[in-house]
Amino acid sequence: MTSVVNTRMDFDQALERFEPVLGLETHVELGTASKMFCSCATEFGGEPNTQVCPVCLGLPGSLPVVNAVAVESTIRMGLALHCDIASWCRFARKNYFYPDMPKDYQVSQYDEPLCTNGYLDVTVPTDDGPREFRVEIERVHMEEDTGKLTHSGGDTGRIHGADYSLVDYNRAGIPLIEIVTKPITGAGALAPVVARAYVAEVRDLMRALGVSDVRMDQGSLRCDVNVSLAPAGEPWGTRSETKNVNSLRSVERAVRFEIERQGAVLSEGGRIIQETRHFHEDTGETTPGRSKEQAEDYRYFPEPDLVPVAPSSEWIEELRTTLPEVPSVRRSRLQVEWGVSDLEMQTLVNAEALDLVEETIVAGVDQAAARKWWTGEFTRIANEQGVALADLGITSAHIARVESLIADGSLTDKLARQVFEGVVAGEGDPDSVIAGRGLAVVGDDSTLMAAIESALAEQPDVAEKIRSGKVQAAGAIVGAVMKTTKGQADAAKVRTLLLAHLGVEG
Amino acid sequence: MAPVMDGDLARQDAATMAAAMQGGEVTSVEVTQACLDRIDAVDGQVHAFLHVDRDAALETARGIDELRSTGAALGPLAGVPLALKDVLTMNGVPTTCGSRILEGWRPPYDSTVVERLRDAGVVILGKTNMDEFAMGSSTEHSAYGPTRNPWDLERIPGGSGGGSAAALAAFEAPLAIGTDTGGSIRQPAAVTGTVGVKPTYGGVSRYGLVALASSLDQAGPCARTVMDAALLHAVIAGHDPRDSTSIDAPVPDVVAAAKNADVRGMRIGLVRELGGEGYQEGVRQRFDEAVAILGDLGADVVEVSCPNFEYALAAYYLILPSEASSNLARFDGMRYGMRVGDDGQASVEEVMSQTREAGFGSEVKRRIMLGTYALSSGYYDAYYGQAQKVRTLITRDFAAAFDQADVLISPTAPTTAFRIGEKVDDPLAMYLNDIATIPVNLAGNCAMSIPIGLAPEDGLPVGLQIMAPALADDRLYRVGAALEQALVDKWGHELIEEVPAL
Repeated sequence: MTSVVNTRMDFDQALERFEPVLGLETHVELGTASKMFCSCATEFGGEPNTQVCPVCLGLPGSLPVVNAVAVESTIRMGLALHCDIASWCRFARKNYFYPDMPKDYQVSQYDEPLCTNGYLDVTVPTDDGPREFRVEIERVHMEEDTGKLTHSGGDTGRIHGADYSLVDYNRAGIPLIEIVTKPITGAGALAPVVARAYVAEVRDLMRALGVSDVRMDQGSLRCDVNVSLAPAGEPWGTRSETKNVNSLRSVERAVRFEIERQGAVLSEGGRIIQETRHFHEDTGETTPGRSKEQAEDYRYFPEPDLVPVAPSSEWIEELRTTLPEVPSVRRSRLQVEWGVSDLEMQTLVNAEALDLVEETIVAGVDQAAARKWWTGEFTRIANEQGVALADLGITSAHIARVESLIADGSLTDKLARQVFEGVVAGEGDPDSVIAGRGLAVVGDDSTLMAAIESALAEQPDVAEKIRSGKVQAAGAIVGAVMKTTKGQADAAKVRTLLLAHLGVEG
Repeated sequence: MAPVMDGDLARQDAATMAAAMQGGEVTSVEVTQACLDRIDAVDGQVHAFLHVDRDAALETARGIDELRSTGAALGPLAGVPLALKDVLTMNGVPTTCGSRILEGWRPPYDSTVVERLRDAGVVILGKTNMDEFAMGSSTEHSAYGPTRNPWDLERIPGGSGGGSAAALAAFEAPLAIGTDTGGSIRQPAAVTGTVGVKPTYGGVSRYGLVALASSLDQAGPCARTVMDAALLHAVIAGHDPRDSTSIDAPVPDVVAAAKNADVRGMRIGLVRELGGEGYQEGVRQRFDEAVAILGDLGADVVEVSCPNFEYALAAYYLILPSEASSNLARFDGMRYGMRVGDDGQASVEEVMSQTREAGFGSEVKRRIMLGTYALSSGYYDAYYGQAQKVRTLITRDFAAAFDQADVLISPTAPTTAFRIGEKVDDPLAMYLNDIATIPVNLAGNCAMSIPIGLAPEDGLPVGLQIMAPALADDRLYRVGAALEQALVDKWGHELIEEVPAL
């Protein structure tokens, strides 16, 4: 591969001179139990080449049969994206040679997609408050995933230069839907966040529909990011296509980087090459892949092994009436129910805490406390550890338990935070952590009284001040008691006991 | 029922063998052994088989005999031996499709056809020779050498299913399975004096049939008599959820139709465009005689026109290579079969390329290139797109013709068997063999070829093609059985009895 030094233009300067145009192609693995065209299992993480059969291995003579659940999932997604659903459409073969494809063609859809012409509204934060942005959807279609190649040797991790490559066909034939946007224009400086918000919204929508659990860390959502810059007064520029961007943050960074890179090229009088590019998580930059100047000819033609897909209008209407609440509607509802501001709501969304907070409330926790835990302490830990909130290992049941212990005085806020630290560290559920770390509040009055008396004895002057009515001096004694109990006492209770002991009104 | 006693068991037809087994006169092991002995005796000359599955065949036969001895209910073809075209998968048994590229590959699964044969107790003797990936009309394009026509060993047995047809004509098996994409069952039947049927598209599952052209391929029965073909048809046909293009409808009662054998009042259409110029004199002569016999039997013979049939060959040679170029892409040396050039240095593309260069024969390469071109961006509409339109026109021609006639007839092939080597270097001449059989594949309906005599000028068999509408496969058997009976009555024996001794 040729080494390329990317020159970048300042983001704001680039936007003064050019209008970014985006296009997003999102591939998501559907959560069906079996593959697109055979009955093999789709579970992630199986031993390589154990979830395969003659069909998904493309053995000579084998034939595909369409997974009806995958068709249903695609229609439901299409409906949720306000698309038209085709009454008749076909699969097509996309022909090209590559060792991750058992048949050396991919069964996909070409000029007859199942869903067309929809839209998705996304909300992005701006300095002037949240702004809604409509992303138009070109099409949603079905296809099969390829196998997974692992290249060994060489320094690029790609097939060229590798000593050998291993292929796992467990992934071959997993149903994918591809959602393609129309060109997204008019986002200006918001383009990177619009791209991110769109992908997040697609993900949330698929989860809400229950058609995929969208585990981005397992590669079940992959995004091809098309970016071009239109010089002032011109509708389009030449686009680059950054392939397989697979986290929300990377989508945002890739768009931003491409705007800066293309801005630099164009402002120096250069020309953007139409090409595919690779995004590098470590540097946040893209580098060129293969050039698409000479378009690859996939020789698409209708898949003769499959009959057309022809969903009846009755079925489509039945699916339409059973669509669940879409994420944007749900957000509005929750915002009203919880009585939170736009800004707080945005914080919850950005922290990806909505589902978690809602679950926690369902588990019986006060909504303010639920929000406080997830957007405060837990977000801090998650950021610190670089993991998703949902992957911390904290459950709504844990929070409910800890909250009830706080309510009955068995834990303080400070102790509760230590309990959750223990949960995240894998020390078990809250009760196990409390037992293991000996974290229970020292609630026994005689123990506390002994500590109070010894503190008073050590600081007779302070004791005298309190007796004389200077109640604020009690803090020094409370502090000393907290110290001797290693923080495991309820400070408020210590204070009450102290004042009662000295016969002073609190 | 003819007595089985006089001598050669292997020469009997399937129905006779089955009846003898049911009557306890003979066992499946004896019948199977007779076929295996015949294969040993003559296949060195004929080369119908690529692989003989001797032990497994005898084991199956023993199993059937045991079952029968317990009084178990068995199907009508239980214990009868069969030759399987080497394009259908059979678990653990080599499947080459006549190609080097699949040499040594043993599929890990049974095709649906094989599964149904096993369920019916049919004894599979082995795999028969064919043109590579079913591309050809002579079996000369097999990578494993040609099959020879038992009527004249210097001549071709037709193709692509020349092995299956020759196995029947050489009395190596009473039944065979063929596949027909443009005539690969019917043309070999015609030139070997046997019976072959291409069922309605979707009538027999394609699961496990290594695809040449998915929208045209159809497996079907091959036999020495119409009744045997019907019995085999009934075993292999019917809906299969593993093949999306399989028809979910009852199979027409082909066995009853073969027994019925009555054409009185049937309207039989002569297709004006399939005959006359370009057809060998002796072929025309025997065809005209057969038409007269059908008239004598009480059929109403009418002439019909199918004007778009003249475009069928051109459309076929765009659709078939297009689909084949994609279907054959998977033979890349990565997962199974031959691999060439993997020296630890060559790139994956180089290994794929070298494997395909070494593994495919010239006819396969020719068609892959044609198809790749026809599907290319900028050419698709002019070639593949136009060909699909022709396909629609041909389907309409059939629909109009079937308004006027219950079945259509034509000579199956323009000539009798030609000499080995005669057309192998002239693809266009080779393609013309299928001029009368191709329209049926394009339209997806059904057809049969039955023997109607020997051409006077060369003494070689001539076939007559009967075509019926989709899902009316029973009509083929009704007409075929009637004509067969009339001809046997006329000759005093079956035509196949005239095959020279090997």
